[in-house]
Amino acid sequence: MSDVNDATTAKTAPTPDDGLKIADGPVLAADGTPLKKSLSRALRVQKLRALALVAPLLIFVLVTFIAPIADMLFRSVENEIVSETLPRTTDLLADWDAESGTPPGAPVFKALFKDIFEAQEAKLHTRLGSRLNYELTGVSSLFRKSGRKVEDMAEVYQDQFEKLDRFWKKGENWNTLMGSDAWNADMAGWDPKSDDKQPKFELRDGIDVFLPATSESFANYAKFTQVEDEDNLAKKDPWALVYSSLYDDLQRAEPVTFAGLKVAGAAELSEAASAVADFETVNFAEAFTKIDKDWQDVEVWRTIQAYSPRYTNGYFLNAIDMQKGADGPEMRPENQQIYLTLFWRTMVMSIVITVSCILLGYPVAWLLANLPARTANLLMILVLLPFWTSLLVRTSAWKVMLQHQGVVNETLVWLGIVATDDRLALINNQTGTIIAMTHILLPFMILPLYSVMATVPQTYLRAAKSLGATNWTAFWRVYFPQSVPGIGAGSILVFILSIGYYITPEIVGGTSGTFISNRIAYHISSSLNWGLGAALGAILLAAVLLLYYAYDKIVGIDNVKLGG
Amino acid sequence: MSKTVTDDGFVVFDRVQKSYDGETLVVKDLNLSIGKGEFLTMLGPSGSGKTTCLMMLAGFETATHGDILLDGKPINNISPHKRGIGMVFQNYALFPHMTIAENLAFPLEVRKMSKSDREAKVARALDMVQMGSFGGRRPAQLSGGQQQRVALSRALVFEPDLVLMDEPLGALDKQLREHMQFEIKHIADNLGITVVYVTHDQTEALTMSDRVAVFEDGRIQQLAPPDQLYEEPQNSFVAQFIGENNTLQGVVKEINKGIALVQLDDGSLIDAKPVNVSKPGERTQVSIRPERVEFDMSRLNEGAHTLKAEVLEFIYMGDIFRTRLRVAGNDNFIVKTRNAPDQVRLQPGQTVEIGWQAEDCRALDA
Repeated sequence: MSDVNDATTAKTAPTPDDGLKIADGPVLAADGTPLKKSLSRALRVQKLRALALVAPLLIFVLVTFIAPIADMLFRSVENEIVSETLPRTTDLLADWDAESGTPPGAPVFKALFKDIFEAQEAKLHTRLGSRLNYELTGVSSLFRKSGRKVEDMAEVYQDQFEKLDRFWKKGENWNTLMGSDAWNADMAGWDPKSDDKQPKFELRDGIDVFLPATSESFANYAKFTQVEDEDNLAKKDPWALVYSSLYDDLQRAEPVTFAGLKVAGAAELSEAASAVADFETVNFAEAFTKIDKDWQDVEVWRTIQAYSPRYTNGYFLNAIDMQKGADGPEMRPENQQIYLTLFWRTMVMSIVITVSCILLGYPVAWLLANLPARTANLLMILVLLPFWTSLLVRTSAWKVMLQHQGVVNETLVWLGIVATDDRLALINNQTGTIIAMTHILLPFMILPLYSVMATVPQTYLRAAKSLGATNWTAFWRVYFPQSVPGIGAGSILVFILSIGYYITPEIVGGTSGTFISNRIAYHISSSLNWGLGAALGAILLAAVLLLYYAYDKIVGIDNVKLGG
Repeated sequence: MSKTVTDDGFVVFDRVQKSYDGETLVVKDLNLSIGKGEFLTMLGPSGSGKTTCLMMLAGFETATHGDILLDGKPINNISPHKRGIGMVFQNYALFPHMTIAENLAFPLEVRKMSKSDREAKVARALDMVQMGSFGGRRPAQLSGGQQQRVALSRALVFEPDLVLMDEPLGALDKQLREHMQFEIKHIADNLGITVVYVTHDQTEALTMSDRVAVFEDGRIQQLAPPDQLYEEPQNSFVAQFIGENNTLQGVVKEINKGIALVQLDDGSLIDAKPVNVSKPGERTQVSIRPERVEFDMSRLNEGAHTLKAEVLEFIYMGDIFRTRLRVAGNDNFIVKTRNAPDQVRLQPGQTVEIGWQAEDCRALDA
């Protein structure tokens, strides 16, 4: 060792000090670079080549498998819709104390009015309603109703402004007042019939100092009209919300302040400012309560408050039959609990299916492994035959076999085993799911079992017998332990497949034989509660990984063999 | 080695036949009696039926016809686990999921032996093969030779009277194999057990056995002690199969005073001992061992016939010289001579005269 170091240092390191350092340090290559470094450099090309070979598949898997799954899992905690649709309301609600037992004060209702007004223009309020309806039944209709009537509230102000001066009726007057001079010039020069884009709205410089709320509302209106609706802003009249904001601004501002505003409409502003004091006002809290008295319900507000954050554990709580209560998470009422039962049923039935597969598959695999090659091949074809038949066809066939007037029942009646009015309920329940899924997943048990058994020589059995063991002892003490890796592999395969199985339980499971995956599918495709579906899926995934981990700890994953 | 075999028929094959497919017989009319304490080897090329005989004895194959008797009782209908026969398999068949000690305890356990007895016997059996310290290991952690010893001690641990061994040394390298041959032989002798040993390695058969049964084509071709088998083969197959052998083809001219005069195909005459020939005119294959060929004509009997031979090749092998000659048209006539100080080293191209004692040259079936 030291000889080698001496040789390298003699070549590369001129001073004895360096030599000492190197003697303690890493092993060096002939040119003095650390051996590890030059080794990794030498291997880099090989690594890159290997990476290039797997890259297409890696990218494919990443794009079509990992990314969608990650995205779906993210949806289980993502909750931006509430704070994005009701930004002002959720801001103010943060300070509201649900424990007080009274609904929030006027400012919150005013914010709600603005939020819902904008939301209904963009047709977003129904989506939010559906979202919150998952948490509290009835919210959906509450939002739909409120969205329809919120326009009426604002029109109280619009009517009064328009009655005060015809100036406020015209959209172009508003444009001149609120828009910058440059933008107004651009609009004048824009031909709506040409292919040119409509000039993007620009607020007048400084107008937001005089009319902050109006500026915000008008800017939103302009942006929405131009971008979402793609309408000509010059031909439109502002939202009623803009009038309501104008009322807010004018009521607050001193009338004199508009003197500094050098623009057409400044006079009308001043006039309106002095008039607003006599305007009829809207009490938003009352107005909303008039639309639906549920707005006085603390529970509604508590729900909105609870789901204000951008990320929520609400879906996960829901997925395990819990909800956000006043004192943190709590169990849902008994009659709303469904998922824990479903998870439990999925687990138990998957275990039953796995055990059935072991019991049915083990003897077949044994035969396969010990028959002469020709007979074994024939049997193997029989085992594989189901693989070549559509899953749907097989499941439907079971429907024919198992139904009330089906082949099995008819045969049993004919044989006199069951009375004709006492036929067995074999389908649309757990029995049906277990029978059909055991049949469908059986090859996944037989194949790994077979490939492991094929590697266990018959000599072991002979040896055991020659040592005095009966057939059973020889099997149980000598053969069976060696086939356990096959049972392990088959069980993991069957269990994991069945825990996520969807189509067969859907068709033959009825209501009592469906799995959690059927519920996930329902939320993904029917109720469109993707967040909850994602949360259920995430729990299922976690359960599988946990079981896998437990299996590794108990049996050892090295003991799983799919062959060899 | 020179133990007298008591032929009291501890194991008897009585007119045993075996067919797997109902068309051909793998074992044809086997009659064999194995004495108690005997080490009998079934030797033969693959497919000769020797392993089938062993499996019938062990109970894993049933005889199609005939009886197999163990200690006087027919065992055809006794299942293997009740026969109490120890067996060592070709690939040892040590149970991979058990430790060595567990493997050895297995036969005792199924015999419901108490734990303390079990442990004592296992320890003794492991010590017998010098594997005492390996009890806690698994078979995969042992070398081939060690596994072989464990397999042997497992077959012996329940003290069977009869132990079958199916090519137990086949997977070992040459040196280890030779070592194990003696070890197995010594253990068998010490325990006084009867051993039926199957192999296709003739050296193994010769060094270990009390008697060797040479199998070919489903029949025993010769059943004899090793020395007899080597020196007095009963037919050409045995002569060819056991050891190295030179053969020459010819016709018997006359048989006189136990010596046959054979005219070889090139016309030259030789003396031979008639074994499978009885009258003049029969075709014969004479066989002579390479080490029994003489260059020194003075050592031959008066009037013995000699042959001219051309040296084709001289191979130096250390302890012996191996010379390849052309004799009576046969280019593969081998002569082995001891590397002694006075031994002549022949040169290729040289012509020499060779001869032999008439009794060393056996006139067998053609």
